[in-house]
Amino acid sequence: MLFAQIIFYLLAGVAVVSALLVITRRNPVHSAIYLIITLLSVALIYLQLQAEFLAAVQIILYIGGIMVLFLFVIMLVRLDEALRQEQFNRQWFVAGVAVVVLAVELIGVIYLGRDTALGPEAGPEALKALQPNTERIGEALFQTYMLPFEIASLLLLVAMVGAVLMARRRVE
Amino acid sequence: MTQLFDNFHPIVVSLIKITIVFLGLALVVAYVVYAERKILAHLQVRLGPMRVGPHGLLQPIADGLKLLLKEDIIPAGADRWVFWLAPVISVIAAFTAFALIPFGANFTITDVNAGLLFVIGISSLGIFGTILAGWSSNSHYPLLGALRSTAQLVSYEVALGFAIVAALLLAGTLSMKGIVYAQAEMGVWFIFLQPVAFFILFVAAIAETNRNPFDLPEAESELVAGFHTEYSGFRFALFFLAEYTAMVLVSSIAVTLFLGGWLRPFASVRALDFLNFAPVAVFVAAAGWCFWEALRLPAAREWRWQRLLLLVLGAGASGILVGLLIPGSAFPGAAAEDQPTFPVLEAVQGVFWFMTKVFVFLFGFIWFRGTFPRFRFDQLMDLGWRFMIPLGIVNVIFCGAGIVLSQRLGWNFIASLWLGTAATLLVAILLTRGRS
Repeated sequence: MLFAQIIFYLLAGVAVVSALLVITRRNPVHSAIYLIITLLSVALIYLQLQAEFLAAVQIILYIGGIMVLFLFVIMLVRLDEALRQEQFNRQWFVAGVAVVVLAVELIGVIYLGRDTALGPEAGPEALKALQPNTERIGEALFQTYMLPFEIASLLLLVAMVGAVLMARRRVE
Repeated sequence: MTQLFDNFHPIVVSLIKITIVFLGLALVVAYVVYAERKILAHLQVRLGPMRVGPHGLLQPIADGLKLLLKEDIIPAGADRWVFWLAPVISVIAAFTAFALIPFGANFTITDVNAGLLFVIGISSLGIFGTILAGWSSNSHYPLLGALRSTAQLVSYEVALGFAIVAALLLAGTLSMKGIVYAQAEMGVWFIFLQPVAFFILFVAAIAETNRNPFDLPEAESELVAGFHTEYSGFRFALFFLAEYTAMVLVSSIAVTLFLGGWLRPFASVRALDFLNFAPVAVFVAAAGWCFWEALRLPAAREWRWQRLLLLVLGAGASGILVGLLIPGSAFPGAAAEDQPTFPVLEAVQGVFWFMTKVFVFLFGFIWFRGTFPRFRFDQLMDLGWRFMIPLGIVNVIFCGAGIVLSQRLGWNFIASLWLGTAATLLVAILLTRGRS
C-alpha cells in the first residue's frame, strides 16, 4: 500500500502544482503545456484507481483532442499583444464566494458518499468487481442510463450546430 | 520461455522486456530508413547506398554518428524550453505506445482491458511534439508546417476512429491480445470481413504519419522542411526517429486489428504446418546470400573488409539458425509430454509472423512514396472530410447491421458482413460521383 500511496501523492502534487502554473504563467503556450501535464496526471490517477477506460478516454479526448485545438488557436494569437494585457482582474469577492460554494459541495459529496466509496481497506476483491472496466461503463451508459445519455448527446449536437451557425453568420 | 522468467521478480521481467522491445525497435527503425533509401533507389533505377559496408548495410550507423556529431543550433528568438521539449515529446509518445502492442502470444509488455484506446491515445500525444516544435522555432515555415500537420491529423483521426470501430464490432473487446484471439477463434482475419475499414485505416495511417502522398506538413517545395526546419543535429535525429517509430506503430496497430497479429497465415489448416519453419528458411536464405556475396566480391585488397563483414554476418545468421533448431530434448526437464519438438522455434514463431506482416506494411508505405505525387492541401481536406469520414460512418452502420442480421435472423455471418461491405461500396460509388 505504501508504494501506491507514494505514487498517488506524487501524481496529485504534480497535478496541483501544474494547475497553479497554468494560471500564473504569462505565456499562453506555457500555460497550455502545464494544463496538459495536469490532465495527464489526473489520467494517471484514474489508472491507479483501476479505471482504465476513463484514463484512456481522458487522454484521447482532453489531451489528444481539446488541448490540440487549444494550442492550434493559441498559435494564431499575436503573443506580443497578449503578453501586455492584464493577467488578473482582481475580483476577489466573486472568486471567494465560488471557492466557498465549491468547498461545501465537495465536502457534501464526500460526506453523502462515505458508505458507497471504496477505501484502500476494501481490498482486491472489491476492486475486482469493477472489472472488466470497458464493459461495465458500456452497460451503465447504454442500458441503465440510456435516456439521460441520449439527452446529453442531443444537447451537445444542438450546441455543435449552433456553433457552426454562429461561425457562418460572421462570414456573410 | 515463460517458465524461465517465472523465477524473477515481475518488475525485473518487465524491465527486461522493455529493454528488448526498445533496442529491437531502435534497430528496426534504423534499418527501415536504410530500406527506404534502398527501395526508393531501386524504384528509380538507382543503386542507393553502396559504399558503407556491403550493399551499404552500415549506412544507418554512419548516418546516426553524423547526426550526433553535428552542431546543435537553437535559433535566436526561439522559446528555448519548449524548443528542447518538443522532440522529446515526439519520441516518448511514439515509443511508449509499444508497451501495449502484442508482438506474440507470449511476448507483450502488458495487456490491459482498454488497450487499443491507450495505444490510440498515447500515439495521439505525438502531435504536441509537432505543434510545439513549429511554434517554438519562431519562424514562418515551421509554424505553417505545424498548422498543416495539426489540421491534417485532427481530420484523419476521425476516419481512423471509425475504421477501428468496425474492427472492434467484430472482435467485441478493446484488449489488443483479445482482438487477435477473436480472429484466431473465427478462423479468419478481419481484413477479409471488413476490407473497406482496412482501406480507410491504411489511408488514414499514411496521413497520420505525414507520409507521401499526404506529406504536406513537410512539403519541400513550399515549406522547406515543415515543422522541423530549424532543428539540427541530435534534436533533428529525434524527430526522424519519432517519425519512423510512428510508422512502425501504425503498421503494428493495423496488423493487430486486421491481419491477425502474431497468427500464422492459415493458422487453422494443419496441412500447412510446414509454414512453421519459415523463420528457418529466412535465416538459411540470409546466410546463403551473405556467403554467396562474399564469394562474388572481387579479389582485390580493397574489398577485404567488406568480405570479412559479409562472412561475419553469414556466420551470425548460421548461428541463429542452429539456435532455432535446438531440439526439445536438449533442455532440462524435457520429459514433459507437451514439450514441442523445437521449443526455440516455437517461442519466436509469433514474433516472426508479426514482424513479417509489419514489414509488408512498411514496404507499402515506401512503395507509395515512390509512386504517388503529393496532394494539394484542399484536395487532402476534401478527401478526408467528404469521402473518408462519410464512408467510415456508413461502413460502421452496415457492419453493425450485418452482425445483427446474423445474430437475430441466423444468417451466415460472413455472407451478411459481405452484404454490408457491398452496400458500403455502393455508397462509395455514389460519393465519388457527387465529387467534381
